[in-house]
Amino acid sequence: MNEQPQTTSEYISHHLTNLHVGHGFWTLHLDTLIVSGLLGLLMFGAMAYAARRATSGVPGGWQNFVEMVVSLVDTQVKDSYHGDRTLVTPLAITIFVWVFIMNAMDLIPVDFLPLVGRVSGLEHLKAVPTTDPNLTFGLSLTVFALYLGMNFKAKGAGGLLHEALTVPFGPWLAPINLLFRLIEDLAKPVSLALRLFGNMYAGEMVFILIALLGVWQLPLALPWALFHILIITLQAFVFMMLSIVYMSMAAESH
Amino acid sequence: MNINATLIGQAIWFALFIWITMKYVWPPLKKAMQDRQEQIADGLAAGERGKQELEQAAKRSEEFLHEARTRVQELLAVADKRAAQIIDEAKSAAKTEGDRIIAGAKAEINQEVLRAKEALRTQVANLAVAGAEQILRREVDAKVHADLLRAVQAQL
Repeated sequence: MNEQPQTTSEYISHHLTNLHVGHGFWTLHLDTLIVSGLLGLLMFGAMAYAARRATSGVPGGWQNFVEMVVSLVDTQVKDSYHGDRTLVTPLAITIFVWVFIMNAMDLIPVDFLPLVGRVSGLEHLKAVPTTDPNLTFGLSLTVFALYLGMNFKAKGAGGLLHEALTVPFGPWLAPINLLFRLIEDLAKPVSLALRLFGNMYAGEMVFILIALLGVWQLPLALPWALFHILIITLQAFVFMMLSIVYMSMAAESH
Repeated sequence: MNINATLIGQAIWFALFIWITMKYVWPPLKKAMQDRQEQIADGLAAGERGKQELEQAAKRSEEFLHEARTRVQELLAVADKRAAQIIDEAKSAAKTEGDRIIAGAKAEINQEVLRAKEALRTQVANLAVAGAEQILRREVDAKVHADLLRAVQAQL
């Protein structure tokens, strides 16, 4: 891949640059959008296929697997969210499956997809969508929007305002209550997005650094990849779990 | 870390996938799983019922067998009794018949004896008359002596 010699920092920054079009705010990271979109269409298409052909008799292998994942997520939702699950369970399933499969892109060797990209004429290709903060914030802000909507639906504008002004210190400290509430709520999407982004970005970074070691990357990349499987699953699970918890906080009054 | 319009694109993807899951993935799977749960529950209940029925049937057949055994015992006892009775009856009938035959034979013998005695008497009387005729041929009036002899004969 070295047509001209690269310095280490050039190699790293090359790996961390997205394939983009546009300028300023209206820049689009095509690799993030396309990879995440394709993975999502693939996964949810396959799951919808399984669900469409789902039988209540003996399930086939794929249906069985999908049912296992779905019921695992639903159990988590049932444990923390007590209410109508027609929105929350699909939301949790989407988050878990999509984030997991996007994180799993990290297990493809770091030079493989950029090499494929270069052969097909693309200068940059960042294969792991969850290392792009735009994606993680896109997810967390959508979850936050649902959180706000759920708040309004469950408590009404008056109830929400009352809760924001009186919890936790009572009506006499209303400004402080409101400030606390604003900080608490704003921290939700930020922490949600940054946690996922930070974990995946750091993991990717370690893969890139390992890839710089020449032949020594072979004994190092495997253990890190194995360990990373844990992080991939854990981060997907944490993102899902926190979203469920936020939804249940929205739906239940304090 | 540069935030840009990609975020909006990702939010749209996310909303699309939530919609797909909500409409095409979760409801059919939920229904399939619930249906299966019901089927399994029904199957287990049916199995339980079958087991109970089997137990009841086993109990019933045991009762039937027991009853049949008792009945056979009863029948055997009755039959034994009846057989003993028949034997007794046959014995007594045979005894009666034997007695009757013996009595008949005895009566016949007595009659034979009487008849023989009668014959002997007649013969003895005849012999006596013949003897007396031989001895007294000349001087005896047969007619007077015949009366005498008949009186003797009646005494025998």
